[in-house]
Amino acid sequence: MAQKLPGKDVVIIGLGWTGSILAYELTGAGLDVVAIERGAWRDTSTDFPPSTAPDELRYGVRLDLFQRPEQSTLTLRNKMSQTALPIRQFGSFLPGNGVGGAGVHWNGYTYRFSESDYKAYSHNVARYGKSVIPEGMTLQDYPVSYADLEPHFDKFEKLLGICGTAGNLNGKIQPGGDPFEGPRMSEYPNPPDQMPLGPTLFTKGAKELGFHPFPVPSANMSRAYTNPLGVTLGQCSFCGFCERYGCGNYAKSSPQTCVLPALMPRKNFELRTLCNVTKINLDSTGKKATGVTYVDGKGNQFEQPANLVLVCSFSFNVVHLMLLSGIGEPYDPVSGKGVVGRNFAYQCTSGVQVKLDNRILNPFIANGVGGMALNDFNGDNFDHTGLGFIGGAVLQATQSGGRPIQQINGFSDDPKWGSGWKKATKENYQTIYALGTQGSVYPYKDAYLDLDPTYKDPYGSPLLRLTFDWHENELKMSAFVTDKLAKVGKAMGGARIQASPRTGPYTVVPYQTTHTTGGAVMGDSRETSVVNKYGQSWDVSNVFVYGSGLFPQNAGMNPTGTVGALTYFSVEAVKNQYLKNPGPLVPV
Amino acid sequence: MVGKPIGRRHLLISTASFASLIAVRASADTYSGFLPWQANRNNLPPQVKPGAWIYFTPEEAAAVEALVDRLIPADELSPGGKDAGIAVYIDAQLAGDFGKDAGLYMQPPFADGLPGQGPQSPLTPAERYRKSLAALDQYCHSAYLNKAFADIPASEQDKLISRMEAGTLQFQGGVNSKAFFLLLWQNTKEGFFADPIYGGNRDMVGWKMIGFPGARYDYRNWIDKHDQPYPYPPVGLADHPNWTRPA
Repeated sequence: MAQKLPGKDVVIIGLGWTGSILAYELTGAGLDVVAIERGAWRDTSTDFPPSTAPDELRYGVRLDLFQRPEQSTLTLRNKMSQTALPIRQFGSFLPGNGVGGAGVHWNGYTYRFSESDYKAYSHNVARYGKSVIPEGMTLQDYPVSYADLEPHFDKFEKLLGICGTAGNLNGKIQPGGDPFEGPRMSEYPNPPDQMPLGPTLFTKGAKELGFHPFPVPSANMSRAYTNPLGVTLGQCSFCGFCERYGCGNYAKSSPQTCVLPALMPRKNFELRTLCNVTKINLDSTGKKATGVTYVDGKGNQFEQPANLVLVCSFSFNVVHLMLLSGIGEPYDPVSGKGVVGRNFAYQCTSGVQVKLDNRILNPFIANGVGGMALNDFNGDNFDHTGLGFIGGAVLQATQSGGRPIQQINGFSDDPKWGSGWKKATKENYQTIYALGTQGSVYPYKDAYLDLDPTYKDPYGSPLLRLTFDWHENELKMSAFVTDKLAKVGKAMGGARIQASPRTGPYTVVPYQTTHTTGGAVMGDSRETSVVNKYGQSWDVSNVFVYGSGLFPQNAGMNPTGTVGALTYFSVEAVKNQYLKNPGPLVPV
Repeated sequence: MVGKPIGRRHLLISTASFASLIAVRASADTYSGFLPWQANRNNLPPQVKPGAWIYFTPEEAAAVEALVDRLIPADELSPGGKDAGIAVYIDAQLAGDFGKDAGLYMQPPFADGLPGQGPQSPLTPAERYRKSLAALDQYCHSAYLNKAFADIPASEQDKLISRMEAGTLQFQGGVNSKAFFLLLWQNTKEGFFADPIYGGNRDMVGWKMIGFPGARYDYRNWIDKHDQPYPYPPVGLADHPNWTRPA
């Protein structure tokens, strides 16, 4: 029996990037806010100081900062005809856990998608005709445009202190930036990071080929920076322990380094850690949420009433909670009806190994992003006529370290063990640079999330089931862009190139990317979306959803910038419209 | 042959030092009106030292030392896997959270599934080593006149490892030799390259072989020194001059 607690204005589920931004904004508006977080309190000084942070085995291999599968995992199958089995050990993606969420262990890529990515369906149909959309692809437009989001990107980038070079300032193309980006109202708050040898050679090679390399917008501080909340970050030391690690230098933007020092002292904010929300409670009409039920680490159950429920956990957990709480109609892939779990998408990554004879790469001198990229083959920045696919990828030179268990590059025909392996490993360490792509993944009827019929979580609830495989469109895209990347590798001076475009079937090992999207997608119609453009549930208007689960499909770039912009876009509407007149912000 | 004297020192048992890395956490905490802070909340893992085997039996330890010494043989580039402490590392790992599959989803039913569905074994890594090493020695006893793996010539050891790698070595009792090879090789690389605090990479021999400076954490003065060798030796977590307190 749940113990009923005193009510709050707002309950936030999960205190990562979106939860902490929303808590800051809404406590600032005078509301009484409680955040309920499944993991523990974490901060730089207490949890990842420089004296313990650079530990590859603990954080990189054993995944100390991540969600533990015993707490919660998913089951996976490629096809609807197969039986899903539990992901017993995370591999291809690594959901975050604890205060700060994925904002603690990320690398810090903070892109904006291209203007056409937000209108992927109508743009592609207008340019290439309806026949360009393959059978079974459920591509749709975002219910917001790049122009709608621009001021919110700007705010998010200033909160984080993103380092970069503008490519398009108010419509004017800028030297050194990304000429394919949408117009920006202002320059990045910080200059780009210094470049190690690998990205420097990439820039030279890409320019020789006529491409347009630019510094990847990075959350690794190129200099000390004080953000608009008054919180100061330090300069990145290129320690080489960024992704999967917390930053000991206060130099990587995270909720800890950008928001929590300003949020935590507020008396109208309360954080409860090690508490797992198991359900969003609805009233008898099913149209209004009354709050949430959660379980603490001892198994005690509590009911937290609230007027507003903000679902801010990792994308999978958002969909899981919506399904368990009966909010929105679950997606049925056979009839095509229902929306919750629909349009799951991922990121189609690939790599190219470039052997640079007689070079000394010093791969351990790296930060999370610190590198160069080009968008010449992303989105619809190039003519797809006759290519047999739509979408694209950012091509990147951003190797994030030389950590020896996980980051030594090599060729597939290198000796696998013994003295031959040792010789190749020593040689490869300083001379092979890894380039990569982050490719778009468009949604399909048979790529979705629902509840597993067999496997349960520790609370007795069914696990979330992921049905996902690569489709021809994405595999063709990957082959195309990886070939372009290999050409850049050659132009860098590569004596030998090994390109590895994505191939099927989708597999949960090895690691690919944690950019999982969709399942709680936003849209203009309740027939094809779970929430409206503000992330507000079509069915339960005092429930709002945040994060990459909102994406109708994934573009060929890292998602965090768009996640941040959508959060600011929504909270502005919550503050200025919803609080004055609670109810649907878009007519249902 | 059982009971062969093993070339390994039996030193102090220090099981207490293998306490879980994950700090014991309260059931739930509430924070409001302040930024929580606690000195030294996150400490280094305890230093693993060579001593009596914690998980391995002497026979298992002999086999693992022989295996890691072939996977990473002594040559002009580095000492061999045994002297690098890799068996000590694996022993400590199997006795700890890794060996128990701590934190993983281990609920039934178990099914083999497709390779892309990831590991589905109901056996923990510690159990997989035990079964596989027993099967390996059993194979050697019948194939090599009652000798254990550790006692056959290096050239024969290499042949068996290659057959395990290819999955063509048939073990009794349904043990998959290829799956064991993959587990062993992953752990061997970890033991060669993880911070020395975990018992392997002794004297940072793995890091020195490739030129990885370890836990230095600040390279700002070398970012733009392209193509120039990094001049400083590696440091580990336990012996960083700025981080260690006097005993």
